[in-house]
Amino acid sequence: MISRRLFVAMTAMAAAIGFGSVAQADALGDITARGTIRVAVPQDFPPFGSVGPDMAPVGYDIDMANLIAEKLSVKVELVPVTSANRIPYLQTNKVDLVISSLGKNPDREKVIDFSAAYAPFYNGVFAPADFVATKPEELAGKTIGVTRGAVEDLELTKVAPADTVIKRYEDNNGTISAFLSGQVEAVATGNVVAAAILAKNPPKRPELKFLIKNSPCYIGLSKEQPALLEKVNGIIAAAKTDGTLNAIAQKWLGTDLPAEL
Amino acid sequence: MNYQFEFGWLFEYYPQIVKGIGITIQLIAVGALAGISLGIVCAWVRALGPAWLKPVVAAYVELIRNTPFLIQLFFIFFGLPSLGLQLSELQAANLAMIVNLGAYSSEIIRAGIQATPKGQFEAGASLAMTPFETFRHVVLVPSLQRIWPALSSQVVIVMLGSAVVSQIAAEDLTFAANFIQSRTFRAFEAYFISTAVYLILAILLRQVLGMVGWFIFPRRAAR
Repeated sequence: MISRRLFVAMTAMAAAIGFGSVAQADALGDITARGTIRVAVPQDFPPFGSVGPDMAPVGYDIDMANLIAEKLSVKVELVPVTSANRIPYLQTNKVDLVISSLGKNPDREKVIDFSAAYAPFYNGVFAPADFVATKPEELAGKTIGVTRGAVEDLELTKVAPADTVIKRYEDNNGTISAFLSGQVEAVATGNVVAAAILAKNPPKRPELKFLIKNSPCYIGLSKEQPALLEKVNGIIAAAKTDGTLNAIAQKWLGTDLPAEL
Repeated sequence: MNYQFEFGWLFEYYPQIVKGIGITIQLIAVGALAGISLGIVCAWVRALGPAWLKPVVAAYVELIRNTPFLIQLFFIFFGLPSLGLQLSELQAANLAMIVNLGAYSSEIIRAGIQATPKGQFEAGASLAMTPFETFRHVVLVPSLQRIWPALSSQVVIVMLGSAVVSQIAAEDLTFAANFIQSRTFRAFEAYFISTAVYLILAILLRQVLGMVGWFIFPRRAAR
């Protein structure tokens, strides 16, 4: 009995989802007709999205959302989301785009589409200008600080030569303090953490030496929306060429966009 | 309760644990030796030393006894480099433990010295000993003997407190447990083993201190 009811319920749900996607057949047309674009943005993940002093969301992702709305000549409606519910918001058609420091992986690609990359997100080795290293092999004999158990710890342990001295600290604060107080020559960390250090304008400036792991951010949008995808990709490409995107990166991350983005 | 214990990782990670035990033992050996020596000097100053030095030592003891050990450690490791003194994490950990035990043990030892009957000092003087000789030969050893159990406890406390040096990436036993936990995600097992090792180390340390006491206080049997 239960299984039959479940079957009926699932059929009904499948039909509803089916109709739902039919209803948003042309998302770009809907956006233009509505005059607003609804964008899912983070509010708990600086510098990509956080709550500003006037309680309005600010950050890299918010600037990106404003840029796209401006180029589409529509108003922007920011919808705060968490990292757990940002994809469901898109799937249930509560938003048109997810600009929420979203990384691409095969599981996500099954349920949503991705634009071109719009923001850098990577782990790398950072050190002041006088520290010379362009690849992991050149870390031999040098002292690198890292946060224990983080992705960059696992990756660095794999690629660094055996005589690299890796100091593992309890949390990001320990790693940052060790770097700023000169206890380690370089740190392996995320570009967001490096940007947070740069924002304090310290005497030792962490500059990127090389990448450990690269997973840039993409804009997420519903499946089968070629018109909207093309438009968004066009805006991103134009923003990369005319320097708008680089200005956003400078503003929030304190560095230029990496060439490979 | 259906947790499955899984100790398979021990084969891969036991060198980390052995290294961690070695560093913890090194830390407490250096810390206890130098810390108690520092404590004796400070106790002498506060009980019998020159008047101008007494407030200096009193300030040091109060400063250390009224601030957390972790903060003292951070101050030495992260703070002193700004003043031009760069210490490695092991040097910083050693220094922090010496300074910490020095302050606590000086108070314990001072209690022993102040409990010395006045007649002992007078006996030393009547044998034409200088005040320092009296202190060295007549006062200090019986004082230490009196407070040895309390001092032993303090050394064990400092040894257990050394667990926090993993915060500055010194690779002691706690660092090994945290490291294994973050690599294998077998938190219960990693802390189970480190707890057992700390327990054994603490009991052994107490035995060692008891034997040290038995050797340096030969008149114990006569009492």
